[in-house]
Amino acid sequence: MSIGVTSRSGLTRHRSTGGAPGGRLDFGRRVLVLRRWRIAVRLEWRSVIVCAVLAVAVACMAVLALMTGSYQLSPGQVVPALVGGETGLVHDIVVEWRAPRVVAALVFGAALGVSGAVFQSMLRNPLADPSIIGFSQGSYTGALIVILLINGTYVQLIGGALLGGMATAIAVYVLAYRRGVQGFRLIIVGIGVSAMLGSLNTWLILRADLEQAIAAAAWGAGSLNGVSWDQVAIGGVCIAVLLLLAAMLSRPMRQMELGDDTAASQGVRVSPARLGMVVVGVALTAIATAASGPIAFISLVAPQIGHRLVRTAGITLAPAAFVGALLCLVADYLAQHVAPTPLPVGIITVMLGGGYLGYLLFTEARRRL
Amino acid sequence: MNTNTITDLAEARDVPTPAPPPGGSRLRVESATIGYDKRIISEGLSVSIPDESFTVIVGPNACGKSTLLRGLSRLLKPSAGQVVLDGVAIQSYKTKEVARRVGLLPQTSIAPDGITVADLVARGRYPYQGFIRLWTEADERAVVRAMDQTAVTDLSGRLVDELSGGQRQRVWVAMALAQHTSILLLDEPTTFLDITHQIELMELFTDLHHVGHTLVAVLHDLNHAARYATHLIAMKDGAVVAEGPPSEIVTAELVEEVFGLRCLVVPDPVAGTPQVVPLGRDRGGEGVREGR
Repeated sequence: MSIGVTSRSGLTRHRSTGGAPGGRLDFGRRVLVLRRWRIAVRLEWRSVIVCAVLAVAVACMAVLALMTGSYQLSPGQVVPALVGGETGLVHDIVVEWRAPRVVAALVFGAALGVSGAVFQSMLRNPLADPSIIGFSQGSYTGALIVILLINGTYVQLIGGALLGGMATAIAVYVLAYRRGVQGFRLIIVGIGVSAMLGSLNTWLILRADLEQAIAAAAWGAGSLNGVSWDQVAIGGVCIAVLLLLAAMLSRPMRQMELGDDTAASQGVRVSPARLGMVVVGVALTAIATAASGPIAFISLVAPQIGHRLVRTAGITLAPAAFVGALLCLVADYLAQHVAPTPLPVGIITVMLGGGYLGYLLFTEARRRL
Repeated sequence: MNTNTITDLAEARDVPTPAPPPGGSRLRVESATIGYDKRIISEGLSVSIPDESFTVIVGPNACGKSTLLRGLSRLLKPSAGQVVLDGVAIQSYKTKEVARRVGLLPQTSIAPDGITVADLVARGRYPYQGFIRLWTEADERAVVRAMDQTAVTDLSGRLVDELSGGQRQRVWVAMALAQHTSILLLDEPTTFLDITHQIELMELFTDLHHVGHTLVAVLHDLNHAARYATHLIAMKDGAVVAEGPPSEIVTAELVEEVFGLRCLVVPDPVAGTPQVVPLGRDRGGEGVREGR
């Protein structure tokens, strides 16, 4: 029951006895409403708390990763070194040697998480993931060609990965097109294209010089070994811009989860928004891939873990970014320090993600067939 | 629906866009060709939606009625001719501006997993929101009012997945109402509902019509159309066969022409509106003409 009370101004004030205390609308969840200056937002408390906890976890994991190595450090040495309070060996170990790798894991992990979230939301399917539907493979192909043919710089590598990813996205889209693109068909086509690109990549490596081939293969497993500050800086700036674009696209994205017709009738320009989402999603994957090789499955798993933690409707970007960063840090830590011999981080994420993918395919197939 | 809902509905008049001249038509199709890709559904189609009417479009399957509705809502761009909204070609508006004037309830919408009723209704506020202006007092008022109008306030915190078909459809209507447009397009809004919920929804639309909304609905049920519409448009093969008040245009001849169905048209014993009673094979002599 609800009661409308008309005030002198002609506006209706509503009290809703079925609503939450304080006369607020009942969203079924505790919400936080902020209205000040020109800002008016409504956040779910659970999301705010989960994101804060994840941020703290990411910070702790980063400090732990900076402490660990053949030369063990204490948090009391790491934290001052980060803010410039240490000199000499400790400074070199933390800032010059270990920090690029940790920052890379953090930034690229977040990028992969958001990239996966964008595609999963867009195609309304948890299987829609750049590493499954071929976009990562395509980025890798582009980067491989740059390495093997012109022995390019990191910036050229990014360019190659971007072109490769985009070309793959276009190819998959065109192949899956039949009076519009339906999500599940696009995923099946993407898996096929991904397999073809996989063999193309193998062929590229096989016909290369031994030295180049070894480097390409090691990098192809997805490794943060030898990531430099230069790469982290260039990649980081690009990713920061892309994350901002993703945040701006998140509102149309959320609206499009209701269906294209509904979104369009509510004022979303559906086609430009979708194109923007594809470009941002592919670019995020491509930049991470150019620096570290394909780190599989973070883009698949992070959005889903984030979604289950915050329990909001639809896929949200912020939790996917935090979970992606955390997963990538943890996986790289395991690969470096826990595995009997140091491994590429991609091996760990494949092992973690592969099980999840099997589970997903199983449940998805049971739901549809 | 309770009495409070009706008093709240009266409030709805104060906001939606410019007051129309009496007898006018804010939304009309002018000799338009509408279709998908290369398949033309309607050619040279002209239709005017009378202001503050409850217009219902009827016709057999694939007659172009949903296509017309998609044209009216700008989901489809006519390849020739134009759709005019408030005197200006609808294509010349910004997308959000159209969304502030014309709302649409599509045939199928998707409720994201785990969305609650209030959250879904609040999505209807999209055309009024910006990057950092996402939940103003006005947004909240519009959502509360839309939920009152559709009597879903008590369901506010529930998950949409858990609702019955009738409840869920009222929630979608609430979302469209939260968009605060005076023109509302409804694409087969009652199709998947049982008879009770169909009638409940039709009466809700009538209430909305009474407080000044212009409604355009595509319906399958001729008797619902005849009872609730103030303006009926009968379509066949992409063209308008007849239009006008149901009491004037619904005749056995028209039904046979449009649907190929032999029938008797009698006054509805309750509302007095025309009621279509099919003759069927055994009682009408010739029976259903296009049946086989």
